[in-house]
Amino acid sequence: MKKVVLEETETDLRPAASARPVTTISGRPIEPLYRPEDVADVDYERDIGNPGQFPYTRGIHETMYRGRLWTMRQFAGFGTARQTNERFRYLLEHGGSGLSVAFDLPTLMGRDPDHPLSLGEVGKCGVAVSSLEDMEVLFEGIPLDQATTSMTINSPAAMLLAFYILVGEKQGVPEEALAGTIQNDILKEFIAQKEYIYPPRPSMRIIVDMIRYCTERMPRWNTISISGYHIREAGSTAAQELAFTLRDGIEYVQWCVDAGMDVDSFAPRLSFFFNSHSDFFEEVAKYRAARRIWARTMRDRFGAKNPRSWMLRFHTQTAGVSLTAQQPYNNVVRTALQALAGVLGGTQSLHTNSLDEALALPTEEAVTIALRTQQVIAHESGVAATADPLGGSWFVEKLTDDIEAEALDYFRRIDALGGMVTAVERGFPQREIQEAAFRFQQAVERKERVIVGVNDYVMEDKPIPILYIDEAVEKGHVESVTALRKRRDNGRAREALEDLKSAARGTANLMPPIIEASRAYATLGEMCDALREVFGEYEEPPVF
Amino acid sequence: MIIAKPGLDGHDRGAKVIARALRDAGMEVIYTGLRQSPEQIVAAAAQEDADVIGLSILSGAHLPICRRVLELIGERGMEGVELFVGGIIPTQDIPELKALGVADVFLPGASTRDVIAALEGVATRT
Repeated sequence: MKKVVLEETETDLRPAASARPVTTISGRPIEPLYRPEDVADVDYERDIGNPGQFPYTRGIHETMYRGRLWTMRQFAGFGTARQTNERFRYLLEHGGSGLSVAFDLPTLMGRDPDHPLSLGEVGKCGVAVSSLEDMEVLFEGIPLDQATTSMTINSPAAMLLAFYILVGEKQGVPEEALAGTIQNDILKEFIAQKEYIYPPRPSMRIIVDMIRYCTERMPRWNTISISGYHIREAGSTAAQELAFTLRDGIEYVQWCVDAGMDVDSFAPRLSFFFNSHSDFFEEVAKYRAARRIWARTMRDRFGAKNPRSWMLRFHTQTAGVSLTAQQPYNNVVRTALQALAGVLGGTQSLHTNSLDEALALPTEEAVTIALRTQQVIAHESGVAATADPLGGSWFVEKLTDDIEAEALDYFRRIDALGGMVTAVERGFPQREIQEAAFRFQQAVERKERVIVGVNDYVMEDKPIPILYIDEAVEKGHVESVTALRKRRDNGRAREALEDLKSAARGTANLMPPIIEASRAYATLGEMCDALREVFGEYEEPPVF
Repeated sequence: MIIAKPGLDGHDRGAKVIARALRDAGMEVIYTGLRQSPEQIVAAAAQEDADVIGLSILSGAHLPICRRVLELIGERGMEGVELFVGGIIPTQDIPELKALGVADVFLPGASTRDVIAALEGVATRT
């Protein structure tokens, strides 16, 4: 029986397979062999350089991981602030070196838990933080002058930063001592993740205000994490992820420069966040190309003089979209390979996904395996011993060049449209990603791409243990926000919200009135509603 | 048929890929866009005289949302309308969803062919 199947495979599939070019997961054709002549145009000093030297293709630090390992930063958050506070302490006790907060959808969308659209969403895919009160609980017992915190929040980023500043203030930690990152990347929300509130232009104004505030007062704070992760998860190719992310970065820099800021005053605090997908060498090449493009763009397009403005620092997360619900233990292997690509690509920090995330939020056991995966790579594999070990591979250098060229071609198309905000308003990157996602799905269904356990090597699964978020979390959280609204000084909260609205109508920086409203325990939903009143809400035309 | 994204989640890759595959298979598809309440979704289904509502939910809110959509289908007397759900759904929740009245659940990795076949089954019954 087995023999018959094999023979069938040979007769049926071989001609088709040989007729089709071998491609990466992004559809890029790959040659059977690469040789020195493929990279004959590459000049080592000009195009590659040593680690720590312009254009930083080989990494931003001279010693890379010999000097310091990447930060193992596991994104976590679920249920109430109290529950997530416990998970944070667990991660810190088990060798995690930084915190990373996942918020629930009502928080991400600037809604209070008792809003009708929050039904069923409270505490589900992240922690519910609806006011300063919740933030105080979230960081209880975690001294903010010792932790570095990453907060994945975009439309309401200014409010969550205000909460964080105020928690620091209560702990006696001044804002200039706070270290961390806030995602704050609204362009990729319009492009991919779709958690926007206001239209693009007022959203950009909030970001420029926040960058200015942080530049003046929070020297250790990374003001935006310019993110390709979500672009890739939405179905883009590797080159689209690279191109749209870096072009988003250019847009933020341009808006800040246009607002009168000196490029070297804020650019060193910009950081990036990339996906690590399954096509190993393509991912490594993507990170190397990213550093080279950014260094040249910052120096040549914006005239930045500070080398720290040229250096692209980035966080990596393994590809959630590559995880399968079928045979979920295979996901540990996928994640390990993706994590290795991130490390060989020179990432500054890394999140490894858990094996059960195609099914639900991860259990503590699954999160532990994900963290251990990084520790095995760091301490057992030997890959951290030397910088950019794949540099000089004819294949990797050629792939780096090709991805760079494809990204620069997208830059030209977006510049011709009038910049990224206009391109987003016209749906250009959205359509490109949608097409790529559909092509990939078709390739999987035609079995041109094998997904182990999904369209090949299929078998029956036994259910695995899953983390459940009790529906009681929602009820309890609604009650606590209702109680806060009764307990606080409502006159003061109302006045602070009015001040926020009048600042929004004018041109003053929005950060100080947001901090004052947060201090008065105005809720997140109330502050976002105040801005909705002034800026309006964005609606995307439903196109497929 | 109506393909809808209820709740606050914006991850619309799956909804869009499915909507396009169904359209390419010759079905009449309306995609509601993001952030539709159960009330809006059922009203759209009534207005378009849809046989099928397909919900894409990745946020973990599938139980309360499906419960509410089925209640509204019942209240409006739209008994012929079948509800399908796709997304990040723990296998342990599938029996409860089916007991509520969900016709079928599609998990990550489901092919558009499987989805098309299941929905064509409904179309031939009605």
